[in-house]
Amino acid sequence: MTEPGPDIPPVSPEEAAATGTLVSRLSLRQRSGGIVVPVFTVIVAFLIGGAVVAATGHNPLTTYHDIFNGAGLNWFGHPTTNTAGTAPYNLTQTLLVTTTLILTGLAVAFAFRCGMFNIGGQGQYFVGLFVANWIGASWAGMAPLPHILIGIGAATLAGAIWAGIAGFLKAAVGAHEVISTIMLNWIAIWVGTYLFGDGGPLQNSANKALPISNDVTPSAQLPVFWGDQQLQGLHIGFFVALAALVAFWLILNRTTLGYEVRAVGFNPDAAAYGGIDVKKNLVRAMAISGAFAGLAGGLDMLGYAYRIGVSDIPVSAVGFLGIAVALLGRNTAVGTGLSALLFGALLYGTTHGLQSGQIDPQLAGNLTYIIQGLIVLFVGADVLILYVWNSRRRLRRRQQVAA
Amino acid sequence: MIETVRLDGSFWQLLKRPRTFGIAGILLGVFATFLTIPPIMARTILWPILVGIVAAAFGLWTITRGERRLGWGAVAAGVFGIALGILATRSGTTNLNTVFNAGLISGTFVFSTPLIFAGIGGMFSERSGVVNIGLEGMMLMGAFWGVYGADKTHGWVGGVAIAALAGGLMALVHAYFAIHLRADQIVGGTAVNFLALGITGYFFFQLYHGQDIPAGVASIPQVKIPWLANVHFLGTAIGRLNLMIWLSFLLVIVSYVVVFKTPLGLRIRACGEHPRAADTVGINVYAVRYGCVVLSGVLAALGGDYLSDGFGGGLFTDNMTAGRGFIALAAMIFGNWRPFGTFYAAILFGFATELGLALQVYSQSASTLFQALPYVLTLIAVAGVIGRTVPPAADGKPYVKQ
Repeated sequence: MTEPGPDIPPVSPEEAAATGTLVSRLSLRQRSGGIVVPVFTVIVAFLIGGAVVAATGHNPLTTYHDIFNGAGLNWFGHPTTNTAGTAPYNLTQTLLVTTTLILTGLAVAFAFRCGMFNIGGQGQYFVGLFVANWIGASWAGMAPLPHILIGIGAATLAGAIWAGIAGFLKAAVGAHEVISTIMLNWIAIWVGTYLFGDGGPLQNSANKALPISNDVTPSAQLPVFWGDQQLQGLHIGFFVALAALVAFWLILNRTTLGYEVRAVGFNPDAAAYGGIDVKKNLVRAMAISGAFAGLAGGLDMLGYAYRIGVSDIPVSAVGFLGIAVALLGRNTAVGTGLSALLFGALLYGTTHGLQSGQIDPQLAGNLTYIIQGLIVLFVGADVLILYVWNSRRRLRRRQQVAA
Repeated sequence: MIETVRLDGSFWQLLKRPRTFGIAGILLGVFATFLTIPPIMARTILWPILVGIVAAAFGLWTITRGERRLGWGAVAAGVFGIALGILATRSGTTNLNTVFNAGLISGTFVFSTPLIFAGIGGMFSERSGVVNIGLEGMMLMGAFWGVYGADKTHGWVGGVAIAALAGGLMALVHAYFAIHLRADQIVGGTAVNFLALGITGYFFFQLYHGQDIPAGVASIPQVKIPWLANVHFLGTAIGRLNLMIWLSFLLVIVSYVVVFKTPLGLRIRACGEHPRAADTVGINVYAVRYGCVVLSGVLAALGGDYLSDGFGGGLFTDNMTAGRGFIALAAMIFGNWRPFGTFYAAILFGFATELGLALQVYSQSASTLFQALPYVLTLIAVAGVIGRTVPPAADGKPYVKQ
């Protein structure tokens, strides 16, 4: 992951040199808010979630402990104890989910930095998934490296185009990106249902009775570096996701493109006055944002899913989880990585990984949604938390002045 | 004598208006297809082509007179009328009778009703200036707690009341964060959707182990119109509709009157268009917005309750609404934030869903694509291709009192 420094928003080195103390003070304040709000939010959300668990007659402490173990996080503490059989497996599964969530989170975060709300990560993820399946299941005899590269590249491009539609509509006619990305989500869902459903063009060619896709051929499958390929081991896409975090930071903070994107995000009018082509940046930022989500779909398909059934489509929520990941991570690279790990652990630890006499996985799985909802709710209301934080300091200053 | 002439003249003027021709063109285009399906069911392609061409000609004439939107609509109706008409003459009469029967009409109402309730709810919220993409979650709350209420109070009235309460509470959370804390309203709405999904799923499993809702939960009754129920076509079409369907029609009329014909409606619209001006003349912007958002939650929940306890007859499944809240949002936008616009859009989307299901006798995959129609149409509408959709000016902007 990237070093922690650079998530202070938008100060170019020249500006920092020119305005010295003021900027450093501002950024310090921003950063304190940046740490306080997410941590506070997570604590409150887990407390309320625990209260719900307790109110329905389960022990919250045992529940959270079991979820922790279900996510395989106990592996870090005791990598050689007798849980070593399940703990490393659970951890690989958590990291698989984390891989996806890093990318869908970055998708939402990138659009946010340009002042747009990309709520269509789910749809962009889906088109990436579909295209990767189509390419991965075709051309069985191809050499692995080009096959994988073409598959991943096409998935990324598909996501970029899908989001680019929304960006183009916003730039051209001012259509609100929230509405258009919601619509594009559902169009993607139904297109997928059509493609892989009964009589659809990409339906399983061997068995026409099943609404399920063909399998990705071995030549397009990503290498697994931890665990067994047959049992959904952790594939090298994990490193691609980590690289995407670095790329996200580099694009935003070290390129002209990123500077323009952030300028438009702060104040489109000022950016336009400064000579930045706002419309071009809206389309470009949306396309890059969609590319992250499309990449997530490509990695999932070629990394471990290998096939998709019609019944899998409405169940998937990783694109929507990306919203929570980005908001909790305050749209920064480091924050997104950490919150993706948190949500990946929650998602896997409450469902498939959960071995608990205390709470049923179906209850715990819904607990994840509750905690996720609370986190999004409170992060969105950072005014409240920052107000409490700042008013305390203001009070202190006033007392100093009086004294 | 003179007066009669003048009246005749103005009537003729009215007939000659381009608008009239545009609307007539659209109706003719629909009629072109209608000729080839039951009950008329002409088996030759001549009739749909002739009528369709007339419709398109009306459309072209209308375009030359400046009514472009209606004109293109008529041209499109003519072309689609011919295409669908030819398709229909090519298909077997048995299939035609399976698809186009009275069930298509009642089915349209079945799918439209939840959209109407939630869409009208969303309209109130956004007219007052609060974006509500949490409709889906509020609907889901109504769907679950409505069945729970009907089960525990042994009556559907109790179910409706508890559904309304649950939806209203969910909306109150959204309202508090959006209005008082000035949080981003889209983030808040997203949070509401997640929360509702988690809460309903959690308590569905906790209270009913995910499936064991007792059979025979009191469900919302159907309205049997005695003198209509046994009439050949109308009996199936509208003779035995659910109570909530009739209430949804009433809701549209009442909300039109409230929003556009009463002082209260003027206040609501003022808060959505220019809250500062509204505040200046003594309107309590916060109170109006709270009221409208809570109302939107109550209405969305009623739509959800219809899904589970009306149409579903006392059944709930995880994530039962399955995106209907978002279609309702689409219907509201497609209907240009107006009660009757929302209503027509909801009927259109409900018809698309029902027709998509009915078309399964022809092709499973084609009927699937039909399900995407509401979203494609809304995308086209927000793209400004067919007229402009204009949200209230202050929609989504928090208001800070001075």
